[in-house]
Amino acid sequence: MTTLKQATGPAYTRIYSVGAARGENAVPNDDLIGPIDSSDEWIRQRTGIITRTRAVPETDAIDLSTAAAAEAIEKSGLAPSDIDVVIVATISNPKQTPSVSAIVADRVGANPAAAYDINAACAGYAYAVAQADALIRAGAAKNALVIGAEKLSDIVDPADRSISFLLGDGAGAVVIGPSDTPGISATVWGSDGSKSDAVGMNHTLTEFRDGQAPWPTLRQEGPTVFRWAVWEMAKVAKQALEQAGVEAADLAAFIPHQANMRIVDEFAKQLKLPETTVIARDIETTGNTSAASIPLATHRLLEEHPELSGGLALQIGFGAGLVFGAQVVVLP
Amino acid sequence: MAFSNDEVLAGLAELITDETGIDASEVALEKSFTDDLDIDSISMMTIVVNAEEKFGVTIPDDEVKNLKTVGDAVSFIVAGQE
Repeated sequence: MTTLKQATGPAYTRIYSVGAARGENAVPNDDLIGPIDSSDEWIRQRTGIITRTRAVPETDAIDLSTAAAAEAIEKSGLAPSDIDVVIVATISNPKQTPSVSAIVADRVGANPAAAYDINAACAGYAYAVAQADALIRAGAAKNALVIGAEKLSDIVDPADRSISFLLGDGAGAVVIGPSDTPGISATVWGSDGSKSDAVGMNHTLTEFRDGQAPWPTLRQEGPTVFRWAVWEMAKVAKQALEQAGVEAADLAAFIPHQANMRIVDEFAKQLKLPETTVIARDIETTGNTSAASIPLATHRLLEEHPELSGGLALQIGFGAGLVFGAQVVVLP
Repeated sequence: MAFSNDEVLAGLAELITDETGIDASEVALEKSFTDDLDIDSISMMTIVVNAEEKFGVTIPDDEVKNLKTVGDAVSFIVAGQE
């Protein structure tokens, strides 16, 4: 009797390289305060944001993804044709289908790689890294291109005081492939749909079509999200460290989803990070870019602190669902 | 051991000072968190979580918006211990 062949892959994976693309315009707080009856100081104090990057109308999440991906592939040392799976995490592609990933795969020269988009909001990048790692170690793919990409400025309401003024546009990409040594720890991930109302779109597209609601935009219950993002996510972060077999003192960098500087600061406090751990604070000038925020923050950290290369970073994404994902990675 | 009203007020004042730098003597029962003490929603949630730990009570998210004054919070915490 013929025996079925089943795939197996390498024991370890790692991130080879990072690429980034941000919206073309730096939008300062003063440009947004009118409709929310606020001030530059009010926004800075509550969010730590000074400016956020937003894309021009003709730039979309596919363009941002392509630019970030091209940089990541170029830095990886691989040829685009070596990429055999492309995963894009996004919540802001205004077309449900075709996927961002299939178009990006083609544009960067990775056609006919397997390609699909995932929706895990601000945890999307951590989810996608978990998938790429698992696919490669299972032998389902050799090299993966993982992208977090958002054009959130298409789904903001200028009069909303809950989340709109935090949001920015951008894409961050990484290439992941086989490694001789461990480079991506087990992912601690999960969801809590009982809190699905805490953050998300305020209307459906069908309500908009039928004239029952305005264009859907993002909303959040800020204090509820803050509590969950800091104290519940601190537990998840500690589990991720435990599963990775490392301690906070071993971390060269802490790269949480860039939701709000107050969350980043309180989160770091809860984890009791040593002073030697560099904390990503890209939100200050990029804003909250949902699925793109962790790879964008990683890219900036490596530009500003090249000595972090080879060090361990704890990355954790959390957001609408609610969903969360965390892992420890070796920085490229 | 249950905390008295005065003990909860004093403990809450400490937490408020830690989070906001507001002098503990400013914290009185009739003071509004937002209007008098200028505490924003994020600081309020930090104080709430720390109060839960300090006093061994549970303060659900939905309840936080009902806590308008320091006195509201003290009453809720004292009742919550029972």
